[in-house]
Parts: sequence; structure tokens; C-alpha cells
Amino acid sequence: MKSKVCMLFGRIAAGLWLGLMVSAVSAADISGVGPDFTLKSASGKNLKLSEMRGEVVMVNFWASWCGPCREEMPLLEKMYQKYKPMGFTLLGVNVEEDSAAAQKMLQDIPVSFPVLFDSKQQVSKQYKVVAMPSTVLLDRSGNVRKVFKGYQPGYEKKYENEIKQLLRE
Amino acid sequence: MVAAVIDRFRHRRWLFTLAMLLSCCLPLSAAVLPEDRIDALYHSYEGGGIEINGPSVLVRKSIGQSVSVSGNYYVDAITSASIDVITSASPYTEERTENSLSADFMHEKSKLSLGYTTSEENDFLARTVNFGVSQDVFGDLTTISLGYARGWDEVGKTGSPTFSENVERRNFKLGVSQILTKNFVMNLGFETITDEGFLNNPYREVRYVSADCAPKSYCKQLEVYPRTRTSNAVALRGMYYLPYRAKVHADLRAFSDTWGITAYTGEIGYTHTYQDAWIFDVTYRQYQQDHASFYSDLFPYENAQDYLARDKELSTYTSRDLGLGVTYQFARGGWGFIDKGSLNLAYHRMWFDYDDFRDLRVECAPAGCEPLYSFYADVMQFYISLWY
Amino acid sequence: MRGLWCMGVLLLLTGCGGEPWVKPYERANLSDPIMTFGRDPVSSSYITHVYQAREGARGAEGGHGGGCGCN
Repeated sequence: MKSKVCMLFGRIAAGLWLGLMVSAVSAADISGVGPDFTLKSASGKNLKLSEMRGEVVMVNFWASWCGPCREEMPLLEKMYQKYKPMGFTLLGVNVEEDSAAAQKMLQDIPVSFPVLFDSKQQVSKQYKVVAMPSTVLLDRSGNVRKVFKGYQPGYEKKYENEIKQLLRE
Repeated sequence: MVAAVIDRFRHRRWLFTLAMLLSCCLPLSAAVLPEDRIDALYHSYEGGGIEINGPSVLVRKSIGQSVSVSGNYYVDAITSASIDVITSASPYTEERTENSLSADFMHEKSKLSLGYTTSEENDFLARTVNFGVSQDVFGDLTTISLGYARGWDEVGKTGSPTFSENVERRNFKLGVSQILTKNFVMNLGFETITDEGFLNNPYREVRYVSADCAPKSYCKQLEVYPRTRTSNAVALRGMYYLPYRAKVHADLRAFSDTWGITAYTGEIGYTHTYQDAWIFDVTYRQYQQDHASFYSDLFPYENAQDYLARDKELSTYTSRDLGLGVTYQFARGGWGFIDKGSLNLAYHRMWFDYDDFRDLRVECAPAGCEPLYSFYADVMQFYISLWY
Repeated sequence: MRGLWCMGVLLLLTGCGGEPWVKPYERANLSDPIMTFGRDPVSSSYITHVYQAREGARGAEGGHGGGCGCN
């Protein structure tokens, strides 16, 4: 009796498995025009995303407690310095509710690109951040063109390739 | 024999089914390797007439982006004048060395682990191979892990060069870890262990009522254990983060086996941080056990049962453990090749109170008049950890 | 017992593909080093050995989970 019930469960589970496999693949990424936002920056003044229209924008979501984010920071800084004159801008969006730890990290790893504080985590939600870190590339018209989830060494080359392509448009 | 084979296969079939089902929830990207670190620990146990101390050194290093290897060298230097030893032999010293090597392979949200451990002392050799797989699912809120281990032991007996017996062990583990809220993680674990072979201590004896061994009112004979043992354990643990950077945790475990032992373990603990550098831990653990079906402190006559045991580890008893720990983190901003380090001191006081094991150092008549045995032990750990 | 097993697995599967209720950017507390079930393996494996050597019970020790969930 028990093993019959088990077999039935097994078959239902297998069916579910197939169905869910399909749905998992199609889990939605953000697309279309990147939602506009206004956040306070580390320098004190507010920055609005739509003001950057005309430039290629990379939005990087990071946190001080995230190891790969710390690894990525100096490489993002290098990329910013290199492509800024060509019309590229990088926004580092910190996702922590309390920015104290982030500010401390910026003292250890200083960067020159604008760092914004999403302390209400609304922008993270709007941009459907599903991994830490997450990097979103927007073209000159503000459309989301590419989303990178996580950071592995070697990703910075992928970033550069995408940026170069978008700058040429 | 056939039944045993089918049983073994059944376990494996379940593991494979679960592994297949795990492959749903397609992984998005990779997980993070455990940190590279070196730990050097000095441990010391003193209680019940036994002193055991020695080092334990653990090194972990990642190779590339997906592999992490670790090795452990551990020694127990034992000086034993325990109640078992004193009442039947003379104090002895011994050394046990344990070496283990393990490797973790990360691929996307899965982790594969392989390990090999050997444990050697002058009359005992144990070898274990273990294999584990774990997977993060449901947006990384759940981790499911499966483990399988095989062990082979060679049991010898000092003073009997022809004595040689074997034990074969098998472990099956299943674990589910679940993040419930931003501050709350829970863990559910199951483990089934099967042992086959010579499962008792070749030196230990039981006692039975007899007038033949005057002046004592009891005589002794060697223990006889069953040649198989299957045990099941289920544990539930949880930890909760407190807003001022502290944590509370609680564990519960239930155990039962084919020897008739049932045991319950409960632990609660509190961790407190002070500024950035200090961590304080307090834990209280209680363990309660019911004796094995073939255990007795005093049998009524010789060969009273097919199986005979007088090992206090199989008796009815309660043990309590109070633990205190302090950690000081240094070089938090890095220093030379190290990223950070910590100095740690942990102390445990354990109490053991036996309900059906008597202290034979007290001579009295008739047998069974001796007081119940109890003792306490001090366990200390001092270690330094370096992350690089 | 087996029925419970199957139910448990099925329950797990039904959550598959759903939206995680703790977002990756909300894992600050979970990634704190104190939020582990044994932050120093060299010490937790020693204490487990001390218990196992003196107790009849064995198995289902240790635990894992939480963490930053990065990458």
C-alpha cells in the first residue's frame, strides 16, 4: 500500500519536475527601458538615472558583505577611468539598509564613479536583482541591453566587450 | 543475505531519485568557495581519570575558481586511568593519529565533496571514504545535501598478536537547510549508520553474580556484542540573528538503534559580539540515553544472555555540558599575506551521571551495592586561525 | 515513513521556480560570519569527536546553510 502511494507521488513529482524546469528557464529578467530612479550619492547630492541619457550606463548592485562585489570594485574603477571620456558612466548602487558598513568599505577601496545608496531597496526590486552582485548595462537611449548575474574573474572582459559595442552605436 | 542486499539497494535508489529531483530549479550561476584558512588548535580533555591532549591543524586552500582542498592532522595523546581501566587492568598511555584530506568541487549551484580519513593507534586502524553532494535551490534559500560514507576498521588486541577482527561501516546522510526570514535559518538532518563486524572493545568485561571469585562477590567474562548495528538519527537546528549583532541557536536530536538505545540531545546557545573584534559564546547541552537491550551492570549468572555488555557508553545516563568561548579577531584590515586572523579560547565543563553503571572502585558486598558512577570533565581548546 | 518522505520531496518541489521571499540584497545578516552552524570547523569537529567518543548516539551532527548567497 505504502509503496503504491509512493509510486503515485513519484509520478506526480516527475511531472511537476518537467513543468517546473520549463518555468524556471523562463524566469523573467528586466527588459525594455530601465526604470528611472533618483538616489542619494556618496557625495551628498541626488542623482537621477534619466540625466545620464545619451551615455552608456552600467548599473552595478553591490554590498559590503558580498565577497565577489569587493573583488569586482577595483576592476570597475579601472573600466570607468578607461571608458569615461568616450561617454560611459558607471553607477555603483549599494543595496544595504544601513550604509555605515558600505561607507567604511569605500574608505578601504576608494572609487571615483558615483556611488548611490538604495537604502529602501526599491531600485533593487525594480531592477529584479536576483544575484549579488548584479550588473545591468543600459544603452544611450536608456534600454536594458545586458544583465550579468554574480561576478567571476573574467567577467570584466565580458563587461568591456559589451561596453565597447554599445559605445559604437 | 538477500534481504540485506535489497535493503542496501533501496537506500541507494532513494538517493538517486532525490539527486534527479534536485536537478530541477535550474541553477542561475555559481556559488562561492569556502575561505582559504589555516587553523592550529591545542585540545585538552581531563576527567574520569583520563587525560587526552594534542594538536589539530587544518589547512584549506582553493585551487582556481571551483576547487577547494583541505587537510587535517590530528593527534590524541591519551593517558588513561579511567574507571574501566583501573578496575580491570593498569593505567596506560597511547597515541591516536588521524589524518584526513578532502576536496570540494563547485559547479554552478552544486557542490561535490570527496574525503578520505585514516585513524591509527597501536591496536586499531580505521579508514573512511566519504562522498557528498549539495545543491542550492529556490533562489538560494534552500540547500539540499546528500552524503554517503564507507569505513573499514581493523581491530587488534595488545598482547595477542594473532587477534585480528574487522568492521565495515556505512553512513547515509540527508540534510535540508532553509532560510526562513532575513534573520532565521533552520536545518533538518537525517543520518543512518550501519556497522558490521567486531563491534566491541576486545578488552572489556562484564560481571555476573558468583561466589567463585572470592573475596569479590562477582566474577568477570568478556563482552559479547551483536555483529551488526543500525542506527537512525534526526536533528533539527535553528539560528536567529539579533539586531545588535548577536545570535541565538537551538538544536534537538533524537536517536535510536537496533541495540535498543534511544537518546535525546538538546542544545541552546548565545553568541554576542563586542565592537568589531570580540565574539563571546555560551552554550548548554544536555544528553539523555537509555541503555542498550543487552547492557547490564551486573548479570545474574555466567552467560546470562547471548549478548553481554557493561560499557558505560551503552548504559542509562545523563550528561550535561556548559561551554564558554571567546574569540579575538586581529589584523582585520590585513597584514602581510594574511587577510585577517583570530585567537580563540573555548572551555567546556561536562558532567556525566550514570543511572545503571556502578563504581567498582568501591568494594562492598553483595555485588550491586556499589554507588552509581558519576564524573566531570574539563575540556579546553585554544586555537589560532589565519585567513589568507 | 516512506509516505512522509515522498510528501516532503513533493513539498520541496512545489516551491521550485517560485519567487524567493528573502531577496539576495536582503542577506546582510545571513552573511555575517557569526551566522554559521560552526564557524570554526577545526573546533566543531573536535567537540563532535568528544561527544561521539563518550555517547552511544551518533549521526546528524553539524549543520550548514544561510550565507551570502553570492554569485
